[in-house]
Amino acid sequence: MNRIFSVSDVNSYIKQLISNDGLLSGISVKGEISNFKHHYTGHMYFTIKDESSILKCVMFKTQANQLKFIPQNGNKVIVSGYISVFERDGQYQLYASDIQPDGLGALHLAFEQLKNKLQEEGLFDASKKKKLPLLPKSIGVVTSSTGAVIRDIINVTYRRHSKMKLVLYPVAVQGVQAAGQIAAAIKKLNELGQVDVIIVARGGGSLEELWAFNEEVVARSVYASKIPVISAVGHETDYTICDFVSDVRAPTPSAAAELAVPDVEVLNYKLQNYNFRMKSALIKKLNLCENQLQKIKTRPVFRQPYDRINQYRLKLDNEIKHLFRNNEVLIKDKKGQFALLAGKLDALSPLKIMERGYSVVRSSEGNIINRLEQVNPGDMLEISFNDGKANCNVISTSPGN
Amino acid sequence: MSNEINITEQKCSDEMSFEEAMCQLEQIVLKLEKGDISLEESISSFQQGIELSRYCAAKLDEAEKRISILLQDEEGNLVEKDFEL
Repeated sequence: MNRIFSVSDVNSYIKQLISNDGLLSGISVKGEISNFKHHYTGHMYFTIKDESSILKCVMFKTQANQLKFIPQNGNKVIVSGYISVFERDGQYQLYASDIQPDGLGALHLAFEQLKNKLQEEGLFDASKKKKLPLLPKSIGVVTSSTGAVIRDIINVTYRRHSKMKLVLYPVAVQGVQAAGQIAAAIKKLNELGQVDVIIVARGGGSLEELWAFNEEVVARSVYASKIPVISAVGHETDYTICDFVSDVRAPTPSAAAELAVPDVEVLNYKLQNYNFRMKSALIKKLNLCENQLQKIKTRPVFRQPYDRINQYRLKLDNEIKHLFRNNEVLIKDKKGQFALLAGKLDALSPLKIMERGYSVVRSSEGNIINRLEQVNPGDMLEISFNDGKANCNVISTSPGN
Repeated sequence: MSNEINITEQKCSDEMSFEEAMCQLEQIVLKLEKGDISLEESISSFQQGIELSRYCAAKLDEAEKRISILLQDEEGNLVEKDFEL
């Protein structure tokens, strides 16, 4: 016999059944949000669905306030909580304690994991970053061939250097093909070797849209590039792994072009400035040397180079004059002395004496007779006069004068 | 003095990059402005400087504007074509 129950009994029974089930007491369910309603009471009512079913959910105010994001219809989420029955309506639903973004959460995790792995391997090391060439011969651009990005890059480039060469390597910048194409483009540009710098660029977008630039294959290709890579992906606040690995990160594609392309006007000005400075410096140096030369030229040594010699000449002349004068004096002096002596000699000359009447008496042997005792009567004597001699015979002698 | 010889030896060859040339040029300008070199060295440095300056100016002028795009042809080879926005 079938027992007959009341509605409340049945609902109550079902509630108990479900409440006692371990699995349903703490469960996480993933699905897409729809029919989302944020009640004025603060409670959230929504359903989550997959391809074939829906599940009603409620999140009460206390837990709802803890959410870090506002759930919206279409969000793929993971709802955690317990299944129970709202007896009055005979409705089972998921009483949510937490809602996590699904796909996005997974992506964030993947991002963090790859970032850490590559960082540890050293792909982000500052020491590995290459310097950008000041004046590249040509620039490679890896981006979509349509859209604002390539247009901006072209505009900024030719504003700065009207003669720059750009080589566009078109790639998909989102979707499953993108990462492979981007990596291949960088590799190919390296092989061709005709560009000096590569810009990898993509406009703003969500994490999913930028995802290709977080893929490992792109990171490795950028790291392996011998040509410096500038990464300009997403908005200023977006950071992708491509940004971390590249040699330079630019906040926007336009900024990337500014980094890659020098402002030719500025460079030309710099050159003019250098020319001017060199000329000025050389002129200054020449003037300095000229002044030095002038100063030296006006020194007495140069104005009258023979002055010194002439001084010596004068001195020499003086000395010679002195020499002669002294000589004359000396000669005079000696002449005088001589004359004196000659005079004396003359005075003492026997001839002078003889002039006075005295004669030199000699014996016949020739001896000088100056004493009476030397003479005897009958001796022959020779008497010398100034102008001759006389032979004499002594007749007699007598002493005394 | 030996410094001067080095610069002279590494003259403006086609190999020298614009950046290197600019850098050497700046060195020469500073050296001339400092002024504590002989007159002969000043003149020869000046000559080098002017030559480097001409080299740089030429490099700025020598390129030709071109935007090209690399595409794969039927055989899968990369071909460079002119690019229009």
